[in-house]
Amino acid sequence: MNEKEKESLFNSGVLTGELPGAVRPPQDLWSGKKAGLVIVECPQRIPCNPCATSCPAGSILPFSDINDTPKIEYSKCTGCAICVAACPGLACFVVDLTFSEDKALYKMPYEMLPLPEKGDTVACLGRQGEELARGTVEAVTQPKRDKTYVVHVSAPKEFANDIRAIRTGDWA
Amino acid sequence: MTDFTADILVVGGGAAGLSAASEAASYGSKVLIVESDLELGGQLVKQTHKFFGSKDEYAGTRGYKIADILLDEIKENGQNVRILTNTAVTGYYMEDNTFTAMRGEESYMRIKARKAIIATGAQERLIPFPNNDLPGVYGAGAVQTLMNVYGVTPGRRVLMVGAGNIGLIVSYQLMQAGVEVAAVVEAMPKVGGYWVHAAKIRRLGVPILLRHSIKEAFGEKVIEGAVIMELDDKFAPTGKEERVSCDVICMAVGLSPTTELLSHAGCKMKYVPELCGFVAERDRTMRTSNPDFWSAGDAMGIEEASAAMVEGRIAGLCAAQSLGFPARMEKLDEYWARLDHLRAGEVGEKIRSGIGKVTCGAWEA
Amino acid sequence: MELIEEHPVLEQSNFRRGDKVGFTFDGVAMEGFGGAPIAAALHANGVRIYRETPVMNRARGFFCAIGKCSSCFMVVDGIPNVRTCVTPLEAGMKVETQRGKGQAIIAPILQE
Repeated sequence: MNEKEKESLFNSGVLTGELPGAVRPPQDLWSGKKAGLVIVECPQRIPCNPCATSCPAGSILPFSDINDTPKIEYSKCTGCAICVAACPGLACFVVDLTFSEDKALYKMPYEMLPLPEKGDTVACLGRQGEELARGTVEAVTQPKRDKTYVVHVSAPKEFANDIRAIRTGDWA
Repeated sequence: MTDFTADILVVGGGAAGLSAASEAASYGSKVLIVESDLELGGQLVKQTHKFFGSKDEYAGTRGYKIADILLDEIKENGQNVRILTNTAVTGYYMEDNTFTAMRGEESYMRIKARKAIIATGAQERLIPFPNNDLPGVYGAGAVQTLMNVYGVTPGRRVLMVGAGNIGLIVSYQLMQAGVEVAAVVEAMPKVGGYWVHAAKIRRLGVPILLRHSIKEAFGEKVIEGAVIMELDDKFAPTGKEERVSCDVICMAVGLSPTTELLSHAGCKMKYVPELCGFVAERDRTMRTSNPDFWSAGDAMGIEEASAAMVEGRIAGLCAAQSLGFPARMEKLDEYWARLDHLRAGEVGEKIRSGIGKVTCGAWEA
Repeated sequence: MELIEEHPVLEQSNFRRGDKVGFTFDGVAMEGFGGAPIAAALHANGVRIYRETPVMNRARGFFCAIGKCSSCFMVVDGIPNVRTCVTPLEAGMKVETQRGKGQAIIAPILQE
């Protein structure tokens, strides 16, 4: 993909690389961190701060201006996924690379139907909705009791930087 | 003919109007809210997504729940608030200082108020293309009303025209309602709404086709599909076209402020492209050049509901103060600080520029 | 009826729906929710054409849903140009496709 195609893809809402507000956790810390680390994909300055105000660990640093893009102190992140449920833009994810030898646990926000259950097989999607793998639902939580669910899905580790959504139901 | 009187008439019971009414009533002024829809809440009641902003603007709370919060607040000052729904204010007659209104289709009334806050919101724009009049070409607000307020499925497969916040959010809401979104077309080289709203629908597989527009709609009596076309850097068709089958074409190509009453009241108006149309000049209290008229929300320029709520607070505060009610004017600076924050980002740049063109320090006495 | 039976965020109780009532559309019996707009009830019954324009005889339907655009004018209980997107449905209403400008009922004004 050339730079122009990349820019146009980004302009349509697809992340094409790291940017302020959308960076990957440091690999050494990430690979051994039980419960995983947060990944925020919020590269635009917009007036919004619930990720920081909801973080119980102080890992998403407080904003000095409400338009700041999120900054993260990864050593403090507990992988609790409260931000995953709190972010109005559904731009927070947690990926736990310690789940198993070959699989990671992806904690992703979900506000569609049907709601999956533990044990279900779901399609794991990339940033353009492309199916990258099949995953297994390990848990479904509703941290804020407000219908934004956090679905924990185990799927191949190789897609740690790519799987960002699921499709459930009659996708087969 | 029934007549009504009030200290402050608030025209429009949406995000701005409810905030204005609540604020004004909390200081003891008698407020009359007149709303043309069947119930209060305006666009808020149609929003199933969580709002942005900070806690002060109910960030993280879904829009329809924010409407409930505002309505509860109004109820707390219920003795000072009177509400007329299904009632459209049809005009203002300066010489008699009288508003006329129509309830339903048949019943007419006069309203006299000492001060007025115009919070009439906006109306949807349409762009020209062959067959844009066929049933199935719907405004994005109308689609939201059908599905999120009345629980009616608007269609089976929708083509969304426009990737501003409304087009992106309504696309997501359509998917929540079980409706397929065929694509979003956007003439600009970049989505106009928040990037995260675009990312949300992209990862669920909805294509957002930048530099694309609708060429024409087709259908025997109702919409059966559309032809979309690619545009070049100068917005001219490149010749590349595609047929999309759909039963609804959802228009999210922008809104125009609803300002007729402000014109009736002789308020100085100015065309400001950044605010999407003719809007009233205003001072820091949201007062127009007519000293008895304030205005807030989309009627003063198209912006997010979070800002509309703060503007409404300012108008309600200052209108109450003008009548001698014990309004807490120290809140004015706090409200402005909130507005400045909301408008500080990259998406707020256009708003800042527009507001700069129509805001004066103070009206001459 | 084309109703949303299940929604990930909204409960059925969030939808503004009064009691089910009967009405007719061009003589055909239909059901809708009282208090909700006539246009919403028609849409839920699969009706998308609400009127025919006076000159070009073009079909018109739902469009703005806020009573401003005149696209959804219909004849309701004999009265033409009713904004069906903001007029609540009532039991027994006779709703008809409006052709052209509609024929107003001229009531005798003065009766000695």
